[in-house]
Amino acid sequence: MKGFRFYGFVVALVVLGMIAAACGPTPPPAAPKGKLEIFSWWTAGGEAEGLNALYDVYKKKYPGVEIINATVAGGAGAQAKAVLTTRMLGGDPPDSFQVHAGHELIDTWVVAGKMEPLTSLYKSEGWDKAFPKGVLDIVSYKGDYWSVPVNIHRSNVLWFSKKVFADNKLEPPKTFDDFFKVADALKAKGIVPLVMGTKDGWEAGHVFEDALAGTLGAEAYNGLWTGKTAWTDPKVTEALNNFKKMLAYINTDHSALTWDGAGQYLIDGKGGMMIMGDWTNGWFMSKNFTGYGWAPTPGASGIFVALSDSFGLPKGAKNRDNVIAWLKVLGSKEGQDAFNPKKGSIPARIDPDKNLYNDYLKSAMADWAKDAIVPSPIHGAAASEGWATAYKDTIAVFVAKQDVAATQKALQQACVDAKVCK
Amino acid sequence: MRGLTWDRVTSILLIAPSAIAILIFVYGFIGWTGWVSLARWDGMLQDLTLVGLRNYQKLFDTERFQIDLHNTVTFTLLFLASSLVIGLLLAVLLDQRIRSEGLFRSIYLFPMALSFIVTGVVWRWLLNPGSRELGSVGVNLLFDKAGLGLLKSGWYTDPSIGIKAVAIAATWQMSGYVMAMYLAGMRGIPEDLREAARVDGASELEIYRHIILPLLQPITLSAVIILGHISLKIFDLVSAMTGPGLGFCTDVPAYFMFDTTFRGNHFSQGAAIAIILLLSVAALIIPYLVYTARTEVQR
Repeated sequence: MKGFRFYGFVVALVVLGMIAAACGPTPPPAAPKGKLEIFSWWTAGGEAEGLNALYDVYKKKYPGVEIINATVAGGAGAQAKAVLTTRMLGGDPPDSFQVHAGHELIDTWVVAGKMEPLTSLYKSEGWDKAFPKGVLDIVSYKGDYWSVPVNIHRSNVLWFSKKVFADNKLEPPKTFDDFFKVADALKAKGIVPLVMGTKDGWEAGHVFEDALAGTLGAEAYNGLWTGKTAWTDPKVTEALNNFKKMLAYINTDHSALTWDGAGQYLIDGKGGMMIMGDWTNGWFMSKNFTGYGWAPTPGASGIFVALSDSFGLPKGAKNRDNVIAWLKVLGSKEGQDAFNPKKGSIPARIDPDKNLYNDYLKSAMADWAKDAIVPSPIHGAAASEGWATAYKDTIAVFVAKQDVAATQKALQQACVDAKVCK
Repeated sequence: MRGLTWDRVTSILLIAPSAIAILIFVYGFIGWTGWVSLARWDGMLQDLTLVGLRNYQKLFDTERFQIDLHNTVTFTLLFLASSLVIGLLLAVLLDQRIRSEGLFRSIYLFPMALSFIVTGVVWRWLLNPGSRELGSVGVNLLFDKAGLGLLKSGWYTDPSIGIKAVAIAATWQMSGYVMAMYLAGMRGIPEDLREAARVDGASELEIYRHIILPLLQPITLSAVIILGHISLKIFDLVSAMTGPGLGFCTDVPAYFMFDTTFRGNHFSQGAAIAIILLLSVAALIIPYLVYTARTEVQR
């Protein structure tokens, strides 16, 4: 028996030893030069293909480097951002990660001192001339550039079913008055005038940002996010009233649907119009649906509400040299022209090869070159994440209660909480 | 004591790793969360300046949180009541020595083998309201076909139903489990008691009412504790089934916590919600632990 007990003790020691070994620091990867970990939420259809096209360009140039494709599924990066936050705060940053250019990058990561500036890379690669000023403004903070934008998406697009419009002899509306006339005509025919999916909580905020831009115009809209335009302005009240009127024309099952689920109404010819970013174009293509047309959202002709996906260099990246090489590929004409036709977005650079892009993207490029460019709050360009979340929640409540005065007050309070308004 | 025998040494060594791990990873982090909830950490820059209960005060002023609390209470009451009633009913029915009892037992218990995510996705489809233009789907389609169009509703998209639709899904999943608990309890009641009652002229209904149910009380208590803490912490079901819902009609504190911490970067506010969740679960569990500790001592 004595022997047994001693044996038990040995077992206990071994178990303890194993636990200690498992908890100990993991050794760093043997060959740091050989790897590159890219973190993104591009897992679906065209996005994943675009990302792979970028990887192909990279592998051709740097065949020795092994790319680790760290993706976390989930639209608009909702889940990915949680994982990223945990990793960044835990001191284990991915080598490079996808982030919306603008305040999402600046207020979240740059101000916290988690990123390296890329100004010298911009100079050596000539990017300060290759990107338009609107984009350079969005990625810069305190005189430095902080990330490399790989694409541009447009938020304020009104998609419509060509068949429904032709059958009812309608033209895509340019102003809010036109919009409500068209909506009334469609409603009378038993067609859902404006389709919307609000299940994920951000879609209503998306439509409202376009209503704001359409009601206030580019300059006053920009001012909302910089503190120059007050949220108490009567124009904001008007935008809320316009949006409220729009809500009277949406499908009844909107809170059960995501934006793409709502798009099914258009494909089936049961819905007339939809306001959503231009990733919708890629989604329609993936559904083999071609009977759609597009126009700027009501009141926002000549305004391009933009968002941009970008990649940066976090401090403490394990394979810094490989990341720099990755960023060079992203910013190059070759990289942007490989990625964007597949992702269904336009390049941030001003010199793309237009022949590679489909009709919608060609028209978006033309607008991009001449329109007033303003940032999107719901997609991280215009406001910090804290502010954007408060804005999103306020509009989500508005969809249910439709209380204009209370909502305007809450929007003002969100601006104060974000320390932009007083 | 009798000094250190190998037995004691080995037992201490074996238990030490998990005790230390729990001390750090459970209680340590509860303490850390409590501290963060009293601090001013709002954004990526860690700021541990204490600000007292300001985060809590602000939280209770937030409309979304008020709706969440209301939803949690509604959800918990409905989910508990319906799971207990349906579970008990199923157990009583199965207790009638029916044929192929094993088969029915498994059927009722199977939903529990699913994760809440699966349940959420399935019920999201079943309770999808559909629309006039695209036609009904799920349960509404069933009503249509059965000529019961009147019963059609917007389910979780209707703010007046909202979280109650989620409670239906949760009940579907957990009532089989309650049935299993009750059935086990009934099988533990000696047949002599029923026999004696029958001899005394009690009807079957009276037997259930005056003998079986009182003897099942400890089981009801355990079921309330188990379902109650699931219901207070519910996140996955809501996330898969409805999201926050129209005007937050299906939102719950755990979902708000995730949203505000990881999307809004309001770490202190998130920590405050976590502490409130912890306290509400503790309010349910601690009396139970005290109660069981006492009854065990009595034995």
